[in-house]
Amino acid sequence: MKTRTTGIIGDLAVETDGLVKTFGATRAVDGVSLAVPRGCVYGVLGPNGAGKTTTIRILATLLRPDGGSARVLGRDVVREAAAVRRLISLTGQFASVDADLTAEENLVLLARLLGHSRIRARQRAGELLDAFGLTAAARQQASRLSGGMRRKLDLAASIIVTPDLLFLDEPTTGLDPRSRSALWETVRGIVADGTTVLLTTQYLDEADKLADRIAVIDHGRVIAAGTRGELKASTGSAGIRIRLLDPAQRDRARDLIASGQAVTVHDEPDPAIISARIQAQRRPAAAGELAAHALTRLAGAGIGVSDFALGQPSLDEVFLALTGSQAASASTEQAQPALAGTEAVL
Amino acid sequence: MTAISARQRPAPAGPAAASLAFAWRSLLKIRHVPEQLGDVIGIPVLFTLLFTYLFGGALAGSTHGYLQFLLPGTLTLAVVFVTVYSGVTLNADLATGAFDRFRSLPVWRPAPILGALIGDLGRYLLAGGLVIGLGLAMGYRPAGGAAGVIAATALVLLFASALSWAWITLGLVLRSPSAVMSIGFVILFPVTFMSNIFVDPATMPGWLRGVSDVNPVSHLVTATRTLMAGTATAPPVLWAVASAGVLTAVFAPLAVLLYQRK
Repeated sequence: MKTRTTGIIGDLAVETDGLVKTFGATRAVDGVSLAVPRGCVYGVLGPNGAGKTTTIRILATLLRPDGGSARVLGRDVVREAAAVRRLISLTGQFASVDADLTAEENLVLLARLLGHSRIRARQRAGELLDAFGLTAAARQQASRLSGGMRRKLDLAASIIVTPDLLFLDEPTTGLDPRSRSALWETVRGIVADGTTVLLTTQYLDEADKLADRIAVIDHGRVIAAGTRGELKASTGSAGIRIRLLDPAQRDRARDLIASGQAVTVHDEPDPAIISARIQAQRRPAAAGELAAHALTRLAGAGIGVSDFALGQPSLDEVFLALTGSQAASASTEQAQPALAGTEAVL
Repeated sequence: MTAISARQRPAPAGPAAASLAFAWRSLLKIRHVPEQLGDVIGIPVLFTLLFTYLFGGALAGSTHGYLQFLLPGTLTLAVVFVTVYSGVTLNADLATGAFDRFRSLPVWRPAPILGALIGDLGRYLLAGGLVIGLGLAMGYRPAGGAAGVIAATALVLLFASALSWAWITLGLVLRSPSAVMSIGFVILFPVTFMSNIFVDPATMPGWLRGVSDVNPVSHLVTATRTLMAGTATAPPVLWAVASAGVLTAVFAPLAVLLYQRK
């Protein structure tokens, strides 16, 4: 990371305290407190309507908060809004490029507004179009670009002048898997250049793959925050997932796995699948021991196994556990879903 | 990626440069989406043709004679009607993600609005030019010559840009572009028709003549008509300039305030 003369104040890129925004009777943001360290990708994760976009709009100086305070790179978003705008860049939820203008015109316009001369603005647009593989589409109207290309253009527009803090509001909503991973790669490159990224997403895998730290927001409140590992450790526990050759043997298999082990065994909707999770926080090796125990017992009893997975809970489970437990607090033990089928890590 | 990093931060564009950049954006939009000029072209052409040939004979004995009276009026009417689209396009623009980005840039905040208005002047000029061109082709002969026509057009544009602030204000308050359009025309129809655009108010009932006489549109039309006829006197011109001044003084700050709050 390179140092710069503007604004090394504290080591937090974003610091909010009890942020509140109401729209009529709705408390869209209801006391959000965040601490985003510099230089990381911070994921704000939550379902639709959780208050993610409203929070970003406050931080990007587009909305005034009704309560609480927010500092971006050491500057107050209300009192020092102009200073904040010099350091940030915003990529909104839907492509924030002008659909009627061509890709190149979009970049030139923004480069001019950011203070580049006419010649330099064209150069810069050319550099970025090249770097993002958009040169062939330079003279196409943004409305004619594919979703993935439009998002690329959007990101290019966000780094005409490399910002200290980049807001990405649901950057991959509506993109196909290939475009999503390409976009993630680009975001990683931007972070490697020293920009802090605050990203909202409703996709757990996106937060899992991209974010160093995550805050889970629901109903305008932060219900959990920390690193991926911390979040997983706080709500989930390691487990195994076994697919039997013969679904009829599931009852016997369940008893065998459970006997003598501190595990919760769970039948999944698929009649051939059984999953078990370790009940309490235990040694890291516990999951491996559980697996060895289970497989030995099953083999000894002549129960065939066609597929087997061992791993940490996915962020999906963590998320559902966090947001679901608010709605249905009863019997959380059983309500927690078992290891997600295809996502389980071997 | 490091190759595309640009840590050098130039000083952002000042208010004038930023407004001009946004004006450039408006002109680019016209180039890329020429169909959005449909109303700008349609309204002036329709008004000039319809009113001349429908009412000319009945009102003035001949279409040719009526055209000499009417044309400065349709020039005003057409441009004034087109101003509503400033509010309509702004309202549509505000809903786009692009506008969010503009508002998060370190440039003078009203620049996107002011820039759009500068771009709109181009559309007003096009609408006015169409009316005048069509009028000349149909037999309108301005006694005031080119100077009179240019002065009249400039005055109409001044008034139109002032009136635009009212529609921009409306565009910032209302929820949809179509709401801006309908309210805009609900206001404009009576205001333009209860004036001296189509007929001499002398034939109107007293109360209506009273309305027409204080209507700023009437003053503007009188000024336009006399400028183009080469018989202009100061009072109607001053009235027109003053009403443009009042419109701007009221609605420009209001629009900027509303925009800042949005």
